[in-house]
Amino acid sequence: MSNTSLATGHEGTLRDQVTAYFQRIRSGEMGALPAVSALILLAILFSALSPFFLTKLNFANLFVQSAELAVLACALVFVLLLGEIDLAAGVTAGVGMALFVVLNQKMGIDPLLSVIAALAFGSLTGWIIGFFVAKIRVPSFVVTLGFFLGFQGLQLIMLGDGGIYRVDIPAIQAIMNSNMPEWAGWGMLAIMVVGSFFIALWDRSRRTRTGLATRPISMLFIRLAFMAVLGGIAVAILNENRSVSVRAIAGVPIVIPIVVVIVFVGTFVLDRTLFGRYLYAVGGNPEAGRRAGIDVAKIRIAAFMICSTLAVVSGLLHASRIGSVESTAGRTIVLNGVAAAVVGGVSLFGGRGRMMNAIVGALVISIIDNGLGLIGLPAGINFLVTGGVLVGAATIDALSRKRSGGSILRT
Amino acid sequence: MDTPLIELVGVKKSFGPVDVLKGIDFKAYAGKVTALVGDNGAGKSTLIKGLSGVQPFDQGTVRFDGHDVHIVNPKQASNLGIEVVYQDLALCENLDIVQNMFLGREEVAMGTLDEAAMEFAATKALQSLSVRTVKSVRQKVSSLSGGQRQTVAIGRTVLRNAKLVILDEPTAALGVAQTEQVLNLVRRLADNGIGVIIISHNLADVFHVADFISVLYLGGMVASLATADTNYNDVVGYITGTKSLEGAAS
Repeated sequence: MSNTSLATGHEGTLRDQVTAYFQRIRSGEMGALPAVSALILLAILFSALSPFFLTKLNFANLFVQSAELAVLACALVFVLLLGEIDLAAGVTAGVGMALFVVLNQKMGIDPLLSVIAALAFGSLTGWIIGFFVAKIRVPSFVVTLGFFLGFQGLQLIMLGDGGIYRVDIPAIQAIMNSNMPEWAGWGMLAIMVVGSFFIALWDRSRRTRTGLATRPISMLFIRLAFMAVLGGIAVAILNENRSVSVRAIAGVPIVIPIVVVIVFVGTFVLDRTLFGRYLYAVGGNPEAGRRAGIDVAKIRIAAFMICSTLAVVSGLLHASRIGSVESTAGRTIVLNGVAAAVVGGVSLFGGRGRMMNAIVGALVISIIDNGLGLIGLPAGINFLVTGGVLVGAATIDALSRKRSGGSILRT
Repeated sequence: MDTPLIELVGVKKSFGPVDVLKGIDFKAYAGKVTALVGDNGAGKSTLIKGLSGVQPFDQGTVRFDGHDVHIVNPKQASNLGIEVVYQDLALCENLDIVQNMFLGREEVAMGTLDEAAMEFAATKALQSLSVRTVKSVRQKVSSLSGGQRQTVAIGRTVLRNAKLVILDEPTAALGVAQTEQVLNLVRRLADNGIGVIIISHNLADVFHVADFISVLYLGGMVASLATADTNYNDVVGYITGTKSLEGAAS
């Protein structure tokens, strides 16, 4: 080996790493930072303006309310990474749930089988959309706009005009309305922290075995401590009785581990598998991907399938929360889903974004909804603020792109 | 040095009634830089596309390392060890250097990407070219200059164990300092025993880096010369067609 050495970004002390981090932010790789800052600012603002915002009950509500939006935003990340869009994700969820109701209530099929059928319907929808986008090369905006309109009709045909069906299956209602026992909440946090620790350790051992530099181990411990403390506070608050009436309500809502698993698996797929790598590559430069031997059409179709399937999961959460399936479900939430992903830092131009971005973005959108509602401002203000935040986030995205792309001119 | 790494004999290619390559002889050697020059429409791109398997030749013999081969698709060319770095480089700006160098050939261990192994191999490949210009192999390509991007694209061919690297106008969009960097890189590539074919319009670059110069004129090979035996004016003469054949003996 020659005497030149090339850095990998893993060298140096804790201080070097921190300096490097700020350098990345300055050069335009901000990730979820603007959204996290917005989240903190909004939380401070609403706590000052409303005495109800910082209550334990509202804390739990916020998580539950944001869950379906968070899952939908996670679903959309897969197509947004390609620089595509799925306007039909919401109504796909709506038709999926309509299918569930028809199978379960009209035809008497087992609820679990009906849910599986709804998820399969989601995959099929994603495959068809993906086929039009990837093989026939119809712009995804147009294809999914067509599905958006068509599926609204399908919902009406399946459930009848103005049709609403109650969903009173205990297992489904429990997802959004019941909580885990106290120990399970702590257990979940322990699994997350210990799991992250071992994954990080495994990565380190692979690097050391190959003879590469590793980041200072103190950094790992700081990250884990951060996770444990923040998670610990959340679990502790959720485990206390937050009821305002006689009946006690306590524990981590069941939906939270579901969202955590989706985020974990999604992040794993995006960061550590060939499919994830190819998704980013195709989103960044499809021609480069094609020349590198990637089956671009297959990646595109798979992304739309994942998106539509996860959208149906989000629809299931919605049905669980409101306890019914209606023929107009899913028309508006998809735009909030796109907004959440973009606010969180997922680029609409493709190639940039992570699962966590979608989660943070969904929390920002939900906190605006929740906080403004508590202050008692009219619903119109809510839309105005959400719209403003979205435009602001898209502006930050465009500016940071300009910045990180502009360095071509530098030597 | 005696057996050419790649040898074309009487290669022809036509598109409909237009004969683009009219029976070309061409040689390139391992460890040497061979420049392919010629005016627009002389057939340089067609020659490259034939070698890389994108548009196979109609007639003629192609010998690689002394063996007759038929290159009919890019995969075959790649299997032989022929890699082309196109002018647009085909890099993903949103991915880092290592990810770009391994794109399409990722190392996988236990179902997941083996980042450590890839980082190690990419670093080694860049070090073999004595690359000093990039700060970190985990930098995003979007943050790299044009010359650095060229470095990544060339480094990728080393990683793929290329025996013959074809560079299409590698210095076309670069400034003076970056051109110098890339030409040095091309030289080191050849010094590592790889055969290099470089297409360029810039004769200063060609004379700076090439061991041999082959000149195409209207689909025919009008001269194949050792750089040491010729001069700037002669080459310009061959390219423009005002001079012909007398030096094409080699």
